Amino acid sequence: MSQPTKGFSRRAFLRGSGVAAAASSVTSTQSASAAIVPVPIIAGETQVSLTVNGQKKTVTVEPRTTLLDTLRYQLNLTGAKPVSSDGSSGASTVLVDGKPVMASTTLTVAVSGKSISTCEGLKDGDIPKAFVSNDAQQCGFCTPGFVVAVKAFLNQHPDATEEQIRAGLNGNICRCGTYANVLQAVIALVKGNQNG
Amino acid sequence: MAEVDYRWPENHKMRWIGKRVDRLDGLEKSGGTAKYTYDVNLPNQLIVRGLGCPHAHCNVLAVDISEAEKVPGVVYIHRLNAPGPNDDPVEIRADGTLLVAVAAENEAAAAEGVSKVKVQYKLLDAFTADHDLQSAEANGRTKPAGGGIELDEALGEPGDDEDEEEWENKVMQHLFDTSAHVVEGEYGIDSITHCCLEPHGATVHWVDGKLKVYLSTQNVSQADDGFAGALEITADDVDVTCDYIGGGFGSKFQPNYWGIAAAEISKVTGRPVKFMLTRDQELKIAGNRPSGYIKVKLGADANGVVRVWDSLHWGTSGFNGSTVAVGNIPYVFRPKSFRRKATGIVTDNEPSVAWRAPNHPQACAITQTAYDDLAAKMGVDSLDIFLRNLENIDTPEKAPVYAEQLRIAADLINWRKHWHPHGKGKKSGAVVEGLGIGIHKWAGTANSSNCLLKIHADGGVESYCGTQDLGTGTRTVCAMVLAETFGLTLDEVKVNIGSSTYPFSGASGGSTTVGAVTESHRRAAQDALAKVLDLVAKKLDVSADILDAVGGKIVARDYSGKEMTWKQACSLIGIQPLEVNSSYARGTASPLSSENVAGCQMAHVAVDTETGQVKIKRMVAVQDMGLIINRKTAESQIYGAMIMSIAAALFEQRINDPKTGVFVNSELADYRLPRLGDIGNLVVHLHEPESERARGVIGLGEPPAISGCTAISNAVCNALGVRVPTIPLTPKRVLDALRTAKG
Amino acid sequence: MKNFEYAQPRTEQEAVALLADQSKHSVVLAGGTDLISLMKRSVITPDRVVNIAEISGLQRIQRDEHGSIWVGAAVSLQSFLESSYTTELAAAQQIIQGIASLQLQAQGTVVGELLRRPMCWYFRSGHGLLAQQGRMVVEGDNRYHAILGNRRSAKFVNPSRLAPALIAAGAFVRIIKPGNDERFLELESLYQTPDQDGQTENVLTQGELVTHVMIPAQRDRLSAAYEIRHGEGPDQPLVSAAVGIQAERGIVREATVVLGQVAPIPWMAVEAARNLVGQPLNEQTATTAGIEAVAGALPLSGNEYKIQLTQVAVKRAVLRAAGLECGGLECQPPLEQDHHSGPLMV
Repeated sequence: MSQPTKGFSRRAFLRGSGVAAAASSVTSTQSASAAIVPVPIIAGETQVSLTVNGQKKTVTVEPRTTLLDTLRYQLNLTGAKPVSSDGSSGASTVLVDGKPVMASTTLTVAVSGKSISTCEGLKDGDIPKAFVSNDAQQCGFCTPGFVVAVKAFLNQHPDATEEQIRAGLNGNICRCGTYANVLQAVIALVKGNQNG
Repeated sequence: MAEVDYRWPENHKMRWIGKRVDRLDGLEKSGGTAKYTYDVNLPNQLIVRGLGCPHAHCNVLAVDISEAEKVPGVVYIHRLNAPGPNDDPVEIRADGTLLVAVAAENEAAAAEGVSKVKVQYKLLDAFTADHDLQSAEANGRTKPAGGGIELDEALGEPGDDEDEEEWENKVMQHLFDTSAHVVEGEYGIDSITHCCLEPHGATVHWVDGKLKVYLSTQNVSQADDGFAGALEITADDVDVTCDYIGGGFGSKFQPNYWGIAAAEISKVTGRPVKFMLTRDQELKIAGNRPSGYIKVKLGADANGVVRVWDSLHWGTSGFNGSTVAVGNIPYVFRPKSFRRKATGIVTDNEPSVAWRAPNHPQACAITQTAYDDLAAKMGVDSLDIFLRNLENIDTPEKAPVYAEQLRIAADLINWRKHWHPHGKGKKSGAVVEGLGIGIHKWAGTANSSNCLLKIHADGGVESYCGTQDLGTGTRTVCAMVLAETFGLTLDEVKVNIGSSTYPFSGASGGSTTVGAVTESHRRAAQDALAKVLDLVAKKLDVSADILDAVGGKIVARDYSGKEMTWKQACSLIGIQPLEVNSSYARGTASPLSSENVAGCQMAHVAVDTETGQVKIKRMVAVQDMGLIINRKTAESQIYGAMIMSIAAALFEQRINDPKTGVFVNSELADYRLPRLGDIGNLVVHLHEPESERARGVIGLGEPPAISGCTAISNAVCNALGVRVPTIPLTPKRVLDALRTAKG
Repeated sequence: MKNFEYAQPRTEQEAVALLADQSKHSVVLAGGTDLISLMKRSVITPDRVVNIAEISGLQRIQRDEHGSIWVGAAVSLQSFLESSYTTELAAAQQIIQGIASLQLQAQGTVVGELLRRPMCWYFRSGHGLLAQQGRMVVEGDNRYHAILGNRRSAKFVNPSRLAPALIAAGAFVRIIKPGNDERFLELESLYQTPDQDGQTENVLTQGELVTHVMIPAQRDRLSAAYEIRHGEGPDQPLVSAAVGIQAERGIVREATVVLGQVAPIPWMAVEAARNLVGQPLNEQTATTAGIEAVAGALPLSGNEYKIQLTQVAVKRAVLRAAGLECGGLECQPPLEQDHHSGPLMV
């Protein structure tokens, strides 16, 4: 362990007025009244309501049903793809309340009441068009996940530089090797033109 | 009607061919509405999951499915490679081999069912050390894989009383003794797996005794035979559909045993069945590329022209025990005298299947690295060594094409500015840079293809062809050819592909698709147009010879002003649509397509000498492909192939556990692939001198996927002054090579 | 995936009450990026999943009156990165940026990242953390396994990328269990090296919940992290180092050096840190720190290269913290714009 010195003393922080006192100030915001209503425990099938691409949907799922299976088998939205079980391909990317998440590692029950946008919901926008005009797809199986990731990326970085694009879109795997074209598509989107 | 003279229009008249056209199915793909096999959901379907064997080599003694049957939602359990209650044990030779298939109401239940199957195994010795020839020999795991010798004719022949082999040894020794430069080296390239993002699999159902299959396949027209043979029905009883396929690089030609199982389960249960492999199964059993390791000695003259080559190579294609085909060694370069021998190694892995440009990337990587080491040894520019050795290549007529391509590539990568002798570059921090080259060849012969073309009285044009789109842009090139021929726009023609009910078209393998479908579509379109022009000629009272289809009209070239719109022309057809069925048979000489292309790639890399990390700064591909149909998708093919080369050069490898033989990195988190940030700047140059362009269409899928790996390996060697012998060039291997060189 | 019960508490107290039931194997779900994939592979087969993502008290990042930053267990990596707080936490910022997957950053939580399960392929294919008392690793392919702290059965490496950076910043975790019972641990003390089957890589007992990670105010303390990665993005780095340094007029007064991906726990390079004290920060002292950091390393059959990588990672982390050039690939200028560097499509 490092030596406590002036200006940075963890042990003093721990022992003295530090953590415990601070804990009450930070964690006291917990609601004390919630215990009155017991937390429901879901076992077996349950109904979950979601907003998917702007439409209210109610689905019947088990706790273990992933959002990916719900979209693909119950809502016939097969744009998000099952590629890796561990989310390392990004092929199942959807937006949950605007945030990019892997539907393959998300439980449907955990997104109850939330708003989901899938690739199909973006299909009339600029991004798919830029993918087409820059030919940022070959077999196309990874493409929907990439399109959603680009949507999330551009929401965060509307004026991204090429360097930022290269650094920021590493959550998706393409096997055909369309990265060079995806890069061009995103550069074109930032510039506001989709011409390849 | 005169016989139709099949040819492409003159260059200046082309309105579609050679242009940059967006793929017609692009928005379906990028909008997420394209339906792949995995996306096909049939009412009341069952989901099937397979149980993969967790051992590389074992006997399966018994399988207990009783607990699995109790899992809620499990409907049926099917044995694949598993003994029944009174059967003999089943020997398994590859990790991941499917033993049992569980059919259930949904994915989760099927997976839970699989987890409840109990299997008794008897473990057997596993061997997977394909790089270790000595160990393979000691374990009785080798198989001869061919070889031979060719000697410069000037060296004469053995005398009648001389032992031929002794004489050959003597001659080889003499050649080495009299060479100005001799290089000895060991090189290698590991096995990689196909890792299609859409795993292999099928969705099937039986309708009135006929099998309807949605199959993720590169071979729509012939996959029905695979089902028919296995299920003892006729191919007419099987319809295969594949509108979209999520990755096919040579492993998706057959239904595979799991596809057959899907049909059998569907038959037993009376319900539609979807059976897709899991990710780890996809990596383990659905396709891999053989490894190749080589010991080489080469001798060159004072100019660095190689005059003699002597090599032994080995590697594995899995439990059938083959390696990189010996005929490809040495690759492209063919010294006047060479001897080569190959040994296959039998490992407990699934047999390999064709991966993009079978044998060529490995052959290139274990040949042209040695040529680059010659440059290093001589202290001469690698580009000069490659250029000088063009005098001895296996396709001598291509030498000027290679020379021109090397010149173009060198210019695009600024070779003369950035090149330095091996290991003598400027160091910036811990980083050194380097340049490397590889050259390649490929046939790209057009496959057989048939096209049924219908022209309707309302002007509608529809084609039907049993081909498929792997990402090639097949629909688009077909439409471009039809539109070109009829003088129409792309939205005025409709292309139908992806069904075995359409006329036969060959499998998409070996860069044969664009050649095949443009042959059949151009032929069909020219045949049909000739008939339409005959009708128009009669109506306008002119000779059909002076009619052109252009800009949506049929126009007379005689300045008479006689013309009619395409629609008016088609109204002459009558109620029954005009139908033609035109075909091209593989191997037929044709002005529309040809074969044999040349290409080269160069890489500019940066290597961190303290960490062994390699970064691509720039890669250049110069590729000839005859006549380009769609410039945009042609370029995409090359970008993709370069990125695949980066993947194989720096990242990909199948890792087998040295003790158990198990494929340990079969999940995507462990099977490393490049990501968008890893590719550097890629430059594609379509090399289309009139001499090559005039030859017609030649396939493009494989050739640019060959030499990039070699270029990267050579660039790393140029940077470090040290050869990292085995590809992929991981940080560990780079550091190991540097340490070995230090001694 | 085996079925399970699911509950979504609204408060910490509800969460620990749900986790407390000793008759059930309960697990905590936050982002799910790691947990769900482990459940799919049946490596973890819980009876109950308690989702803490909707506990509003855990969704916040706050500063207390001592200047410490409290990051709730439902705070995503992305929210943490975007908050103003990471500007004073250079090492943590560099690590989260290096994960470079928007999805993992948005879905994964800070606390969840600290508690990821090992990536060891023997563990992930169902052979347990120790994989036959370490035999499978020793005889198997161990290129990514431990070089330090590996003398007993455990040979896996702790997979957290963020832990070294937060340990170097002196972070604590707050842990609660039913009955208003709370405890605070230095982050490094959260981890342990298991030696028997059934033990895990952290000291949490059934029913305990990590609610926050707290990071003391750094003031003018320097920090940096350096990961050596095979490629860009979310794949596991080969090794990493993080340092926190208090310097005065160019001389080190206090230092913490923590290594990642080299041992079953985030590895405190105590000696290397101690010997930096009293030294100036330069190439030589940084190099020495790297060498000292791996003293006592014991390579397995296939991972000796990680010793050198670790030395380099420490050296570069120290140099980076000091604002000096570290000489790696990331310091290279982009390819100069010569006459060919037009658009990609030539």
